[in-house]
Amino acid sequence: MYRFVLRRLLSGVLLLFVITTVAYLLLYAGGGDIARRIVGPTASQAQVTLKASQLGLNRPLVVQYWDWLTHALTGDLGRSWFNGQLVSTGVTSRVSVTLSLVLGATIIAAVISVVIAVLAAVRRGWADRVVQFVGVLGFAIPGFLIALGLVSLFALNLKWFKATGYVPITTSFGGWAATVTLPIIALSIGCIASVVQQVRGSLIDALRQDYVRTLRARGLSFNRVVYRHVLRNAGGPALAVLAVQFIGLLGGAVIVEQIFALPGLGQIAVAATSQGDIPVVMGVVVATAAIVVIVNLIIDLAQGWLNPKVRLS
Amino acid sequence: MIDTSIALPTQAAKVSLFRKLLTNPTGAVSMLVLAIVALAAVLAPVLATHDPGLASLQSVLAKSSPDHVLGADSAGRDVFSRLLFAGQFSLAGALLALVVAVAIGVTGGLVAGYYGGWFDSASSWLTGLLMAMPGIVILLAARAVVGPSMWLSMMIFGVLLSPAYFRLVYACVTAVRNELYVDAARVSGLSDFRIIGRHILTVVRAPVIIQSAMVLGIAIAIQAGLEFLGLGDLNIPTWGSMLNDGFINLYKAPTLVLWPSLVLGVVCIALTLLANAMRDELERSRGPVKRRRKGAAVADSAEAAAKRGEPAVVHPETPAGARTASAGEVLLEVTDLGVGYDQPDGSTTHVVNHVGLTVRRGEVHGLVGESGSGKTQTAFSILRLLPQGGRVTGGSIVFDGTDLARLSEKEMTKVRGKRIAYIPQEPMSNLDAAFTIGSQLMEPMRVCLGISKAEARKRALALLAKVGIPHPERTFNAYPHEISGGMAQRVLIAGAVSCEPDLLIADEPTTALDVTVQAEVLDLLRELQDELKMGVILVTHNFGVVADLCDRVTVMQTGRVVETGPVRTIFKDARHPYTKQLLEAILEDAAPRGPLTSNARPSKDGSLTSLTGVKP
Repeated sequence: MYRFVLRRLLSGVLLLFVITTVAYLLLYAGGGDIARRIVGPTASQAQVTLKASQLGLNRPLVVQYWDWLTHALTGDLGRSWFNGQLVSTGVTSRVSVTLSLVLGATIIAAVISVVIAVLAAVRRGWADRVVQFVGVLGFAIPGFLIALGLVSLFALNLKWFKATGYVPITTSFGGWAATVTLPIIALSIGCIASVVQQVRGSLIDALRQDYVRTLRARGLSFNRVVYRHVLRNAGGPALAVLAVQFIGLLGGAVIVEQIFALPGLGQIAVAATSQGDIPVVMGVVVATAAIVVIVNLIIDLAQGWLNPKVRLS
Repeated sequence: MIDTSIALPTQAAKVSLFRKLLTNPTGAVSMLVLAIVALAAVLAPVLATHDPGLASLQSVLAKSSPDHVLGADSAGRDVFSRLLFAGQFSLAGALLALVVAVAIGVTGGLVAGYYGGWFDSASSWLTGLLMAMPGIVILLAARAVVGPSMWLSMMIFGVLLSPAYFRLVYACVTAVRNELYVDAARVSGLSDFRIIGRHILTVVRAPVIIQSAMVLGIAIAIQAGLEFLGLGDLNIPTWGSMLNDGFINLYKAPTLVLWPSLVLGVVCIALTLLANAMRDELERSRGPVKRRRKGAAVADSAEAAAKRGEPAVVHPETPAGARTASAGEVLLEVTDLGVGYDQPDGSTTHVVNHVGLTVRRGEVHGLVGESGSGKTQTAFSILRLLPQGGRVTGGSIVFDGTDLARLSEKEMTKVRGKRIAYIPQEPMSNLDAAFTIGSQLMEPMRVCLGISKAEARKRALALLAKVGIPHPERTFNAYPHEISGGMAQRVLIAGAVSCEPDLLIADEPTTALDVTVQAEVLDLLRELQDELKMGVILVTHNFGVVADLCDRVTVMQTGRVVETGPVRTIFKDARHPYTKQLLEAILEDAAPRGPLTSNARPSKDGSLTSLTGVKP
C-alpha cells in the first residue's frame, strides 16, 4: 500500500512539473515582444528595453524558466506585471472560493448521482427511462446557460438568493451557503448527468455478477448486497468518471464565477488574460494543475481502497 | 475534460445511417432543427433585416417592434440579424475545432492502435496530459498570449478535443487489429495503408460520426463560454458575445439574454439527441443476433410444451440395499414447477415445464442434463434467485412444510443461507473481489446467526480448516484474486455450510476446476454431507459425478423431467432414450466392464473407481 501511494504521489508530481514547464515555455515564448505590450505602443524603444531588463525578459528563456522554477518551489510565483502584487497571494486568496464551488459540486453530484443511479439500475422500467432522458438534457445544456437561468429565476425574479458576491465560510456559514448554493447547483447538473450514466451502467453490470446471487443465497438481503457489495464494485468506474468531471468543473467554475461575481481563480484568470498579465496566468495554471493533481491522488487512493487489485498493479 | 467514457458501438453502419435516422423520431427532429439553424446561418445575408454590426443610438436596448423583430442590443444593433450572422461564426468556429480534433485524433488513434510501439505509449501519455487540464483554462492562457482570435482559439480547442477521438479510434483499432479478417488481409499481401482504409476505417467510421455530434456541441458551448467571458473578438457577432451583452444588461432588458440562450440550448440538445439517436439506430441494427437467441429459446419451449404429454420415466424406490438416509423424511417436494421469462412484447418464454423433484433429508439428489435443459433454472427457482425477468410461473416448491413459491422476498431471505445454501459453478466470479475472504465468510454468518464479530471470525477460521485449507489464517486475510480456483471453491463450500443448512444446492461445483481438484472437492462435499446430514441437490452434466456421489438422480431435457429414480437403477436400467444417450456418452471411452452387481453400490470411500475414473 505504501508503494502504491508513493508511486501515485511521484506520478502526480511529475504531471505537475510537465504541465507547468510546458505552460511556462508556451506562455513566455509565444508572446512576441512582451515588454512592448506592457509599456504600450507609444513608448520609446529605450523604455521597452528598460522594462524588458527590469522583468528579466532579456535573458534566455531557459534561464528565465530556471529562475521561475526555483522561486516557485519556495512558493514565490513572482509579481503581477500590472499592479505589482504577489501572484502567490492573489492566487491563494482565491483558491478557497473556487474550491468551495468545485468540491461542493463534486460532493453533491457524487451523492445525488449514486442515489439516482441506484434507483434507475435497480428499478429499471419507467424510472430508468426518465433518468436516461433527463440525463441527456442535463448533459446537453451548457452549464453556464443553466447558471444564467438560475440567476434570472431565483436571484432576480424570486429574490431567494443574492445574485452576486461571496461570503467566506469562516465569516458566516449561512452567508457562505447563500452565496454558493446557486453556483453549485449550476455546476452540478451537468456533472450529475454524466456520473449517473456511468454509475447506472456499472451498477447494472455489477448486479449481473455471479457473486450477487451467491451472497443473496447466503442469506443477505438484496438491499444489503446492493449497498455493501454492488455499490463498492461499481465505485471504481464511478470514481474514474468523477475525476474527469472534476476537471470539467474547474473549467466550468471560471464562467460560473463570472456570472455570480465570485472572487475565485476564474475571476483573476479572466482579468489577467485580457490584460496579458502572464505571471498571474502562470500562477492560475500552477494552482489549477496542483488542484487536479491532488484530487487525482485522492481519487487514486480511494480506488485503491475500493479495489484491492489496484493496489498491486 | 471531455467525457469519453460513453460506450459507443464499434460496428460499421450497414444500411445508410442517415436513412435510418429519418425514421427515428428523435433523430429526425434533431436533424430538422440542426438543418434549420445551419440554413438560417448560411442564408443570413438574405434573411437579415439589418447589418449585424450597424450600431444605432436611437434603438439602444429597443423592445421588439416591426423594425427590430427581436429588439436591439446595448449598441442598438438588431438582435435578429445578429443571431443569424452569429450562427455563421459560431458554427464555423465549432466546425474548425471539429476538423482539427478529427484530423489529429483519428490519425493518431489509427497509427497508435495499428502499429503500437513507442508512438502508442507516447501518444497515450500525451492525451492524458491534454486531458489533465480544464480546456477553458488552457484557452484563457492561450488568449493571454495570442490575443482575441476566435479561429486560433478554436484550433487550439480542436487540439484539446483530439484525445476524445484518439481514445475512441485507438480502442476500435486495437479491438479489430487482431481479428482474423485483418490477419487474412495482411497475409494476402495487402499494404497497411489499404488495410487501414478498407477494414479499419469502416469499423471506426460510425463511432467517429457519433462522437462528432457530441464534440460539436461541446465546441459550440465552450466557444460561447469564452465569448461570454468577454474574451472573444468583438468585431464578429457570435452567440457567446450576444450572451455577454444580454447578461450585462440583464436588469435593463431581460429578454436580450434569452434569444442566444435559446439558440445555444436548442442546438446543443439537438446535437446530443442526434448522437443518442445514431447510437440507438446502430445498436438496433446489431439486434438480430439477440433476437435469434430468443427465438431459439421460444422454439425450445414450444418443443417442450409439445412433449408435455409424454410422462417421465419414474423408477420405484429400491427397498433392498438402499441407505437408511435415502429413506428419510421428505425435505423438498417440487411439484409441477414452471419457470418463465417475461419478454418485452408481453409474452412469456417458458424454460422449465411441469418439473417434479423430491429430495429427502440426508439424500444426495443428482439433477442431470445438458446445457439448456433447465436444471440450473430449477435450482435457482428453489432458491428464488432467478435472473432478472425470470419467475416461477406455476407449481409449488414445498420445503419442510412451507411453499417457497409463495413466500415474500423478506421471508425468503430468512430461508436462504440458514436453511437452503448454494454452491456455485465458477468459483472466482462468485467471490466479491473487493472484500477479503474472511469478511465474505463472516458477513452472512453474522446476519443469519446473529453472532458477534469475534465469534464469526472463530467459526470462519474453523470452517476454512475444515474444508481443507492449509493456512486458514492466511486465506482468511487474502483477497479472492490471491487464491487459486480450487481454494476459492473450498471457500465457497465453507460459506455454504457455514450456517448448517438443511438443503444444499450445488450447481456443477466441480466443472470449472482441474481434474485432480475435482476429486478432492467431491470428497469434501461427501464428507460434509455425511457429517451435517444435509439434503443435497447436485446439478451436473456428468454421470461420473452422479455415480460417485448421488443416491437418486433426475434427468432433465428441454425444460422437463424425462427420468427419475435411484442412481443404481438408472445406471442399470435406463429407460428413456435421452438418459441412455447421456450414459453412453460418459462411458464411451471407458474400458469395457461387467454390469454393476447389486451390492457394488458406490461406497463412500470412493471404491467405485471404475466410474469416478471416467470423469471428462
